[in-house]
Amino acid sequence: MLQHLRPALAVTALFTLLLGLAYPLAMTGIAEAVFPRQAEGSLLARADGSVFGSRWIGQHFEGPRYLHGRPSAAGSDGYDASASSGSNLGPLNETLIEAVKARAAVLRAEAPGATIPADAVTASASGLDPDISPEFARLQAPRIAAARGIGEADVRAVIDRHSEGRLFGFVGQPRVNVLAVNADLDSSAGAGVATQP
Amino acid sequence: MNWQGWAEIALTLGLQVAIALPLGIYLSRVWNGERTWLDPVLRPVERGFYAIAGIDPDRRQSWYAYAGAFLAFNLAGFVLLYAILRLQHLLPFNPQGFGPLSTHLAFNTAVSFVTNTNWQSYGGEATMSNFSQMAGLTVQNFASAAAGATLAAALARAFLAHRGEAIGNFWTDLVRTTLYVLLPLSIVVAIALVALGVPQTLGPSFQATTLEGGHQTIALAPVASQLAIKQLGINGGGIFNVNSAHPFENPTPLTGLITAVSINVLGWAAFFAFGRSAAVRKDVRALVAAGFVLLALGTSAIYWSETRPAPALVAAGADTAQNMEGKEVRFGAAGSAAWAGPTTGASNGSVNAMHASFLPLGGGVAMVLMQLGEILPGGIGSGLANMVLMALLAVFVAGLMVGRTPEYLGKKIEARGIKLAFVALLVFPAALLGFSAVAAVLPAALAGLLNAGPHGLSEILYAYTSAAANNGSAFAGLTANAPWWNTTLGIAMLVGRFVPAVAILAIAGALAAKPKLAPTAGTLPTDSGLFVGLLAGVILILGGLQFFPALALGPIAEHFQMLALTP
Repeated sequence: MLQHLRPALAVTALFTLLLGLAYPLAMTGIAEAVFPRQAEGSLLARADGSVFGSRWIGQHFEGPRYLHGRPSAAGSDGYDASASSGSNLGPLNETLIEAVKARAAVLRAEAPGATIPADAVTASASGLDPDISPEFARLQAPRIAAARGIGEADVRAVIDRHSEGRLFGFVGQPRVNVLAVNADLDSSAGAGVATQP
Repeated sequence: MNWQGWAEIALTLGLQVAIALPLGIYLSRVWNGERTWLDPVLRPVERGFYAIAGIDPDRRQSWYAYAGAFLAFNLAGFVLLYAILRLQHLLPFNPQGFGPLSTHLAFNTAVSFVTNTNWQSYGGEATMSNFSQMAGLTVQNFASAAAGATLAAALARAFLAHRGEAIGNFWTDLVRTTLYVLLPLSIVVAIALVALGVPQTLGPSFQATTLEGGHQTIALAPVASQLAIKQLGINGGGIFNVNSAHPFENPTPLTGLITAVSINVLGWAAFFAFGRSAAVRKDVRALVAAGFVLLALGTSAIYWSETRPAPALVAAGADTAQNMEGKEVRFGAAGSAAWAGPTTGASNGSVNAMHASFLPLGGGVAMVLMQLGEILPGGIGSGLANMVLMALLAVFVAGLMVGRTPEYLGKKIEARGIKLAFVALLVFPAALLGFSAVAAVLPAALAGLLNAGPHGLSEILYAYTSAAANNGSAFAGLTANAPWWNTTLGIAMLVGRFVPAVAILAIAGALAAKPKLAPTAGTLPTDSGLFVGLLAGVILILGGLQFFPALALGPIAEHFQMLALTP
């Protein structure tokens, strides 16, 4: 084994310098120079420069004026972007089944007779899912319109602006970015929120 | 299920093999020491490595010396990583001020990354400093992947040799695979991912005031650089707790496609590289065909399972087209299946959905894909090597049936080779089932479970399967950051990695010494459809029958429970 000692230590040390420091630092340098917005987390800021979130990270909404995201198991109150987590409850777990029933009941009271979309009553994998399904978004349009005193068509137009279909027509799922819709709703209402920093 | 979903799965699995074909030729050139178009840049760096490390690149090693170098390098990596994790509070790039890891967590994590498992008993964003992520974990993402690849390079030379002794030089295989293959590919993928929205920064977490006036702390990290190699190196250890389900690791369906394809590209490339280096291209096509068919079947089964009505959605009267618990909207059932199949068939183990919340058969199939021995296509090189062991068993079984000494790729397979192959294959079920049996009755182990009943048993089985197979994915309901789990999972990872690796190198040594035979009329053709069927049968019987009793008490029992609930 002894004849392997020097190469083992030297290669480990060289790998640490090249792959552990030079490679990530070079990538950071290139990223910050060429794609600074993405490199720093695609943060979104108000007109005064204060950050209100990231384009990719869902946040908690509960007021009737806002589009609501999915149930979240990240952190104790949900949408904790420093503690990503799914529920990890098994498919037959009673806690899960009761939670899903309770969430469906709330939605049914809000929109009687509507089909309840699956994403509206289930926790996402990350707890930070930035998106909801278009069905879940449309289901909430009447409530948002009433709370804001604007037309339902206006709300739907904002939702459509921030909807995306499948890539190439078949990769991924149709989706609506919740934070983008809410920021847009606020800025159309003159609250001074820009969607880009 | 819809046509879009099937098309997405077909595209993902198809691209993995299609890209692997040209990449395999390149990988073979790197192993053989042939010229490549990166030589002008990388030759001087490579020579610098050899000069500083005192390596003579022309010196050929016996299997014994090769295995010694393999173990010495892994030991050095383990010691350094363990030290970094225990001392991270004293090291730079720690903007969150994280403290040191506990002894058992540092042991588990160091073993996990050195063995290419990347099981994570910790949540990255709440535990690891940027220095630990970069100089510790990212380094081992490269090193463990390249170390695994050396097994295939050595095996290729052994099959090519005629009464030879040497199987190559571990150090040149390691350094060349890293410099010429892993690093350039990682750079390309990392930059593409940043362009598509993946962060790459050394700054601290960001504080945001939400639209509703609340407060949100957004954890950031140099994500893209580690993400690229964790996928390409078939490692799987994410920066964040939820791995590639985190929108920062995987913000869009396009990043999902790129990173999902990256999982298996180099695994299949190692198959094709072995075929070129050992001059057995046709026989390797049979290995790829058997592996691809099994992987496609498994992935399809997961997609089917995740589009069955979930009991919670049925009970709530909600839309049941997709089981969305533990899935992201942008991926849905199809994108989650297109990831779960390859990540468990390879020894990757990254996830874009929570396998613990899959319906029973979906989670069960993910477990089976790992239990088949990480050969679909497994880790880079290590998967090919394990697949060759399966092929040796297949020709052995066929040889028993006709009463002839089995041959494979021009080499007679005799008692020593078969014994070593069985050692390599049997340590896996021994570690997996042995530890699971103890954990199922030990209060200290059971305290970590989130779910009761068959799903609880599945959490245990999944954990030891993942560790012994060096996969790293989890039924994450299990709270594994406790002394029992960290220690025993660490031991399962060590056994699952190094016993087969040394056995494979010993087989390579034995094969190299044998004469290379020309095929005769009595030789079983190993490039035919018949052999593909025989091989797939051996894989399924070995993998399936060993674990079927345990699976019957876990996912299969849970499946019937579910049927009773949702008629």
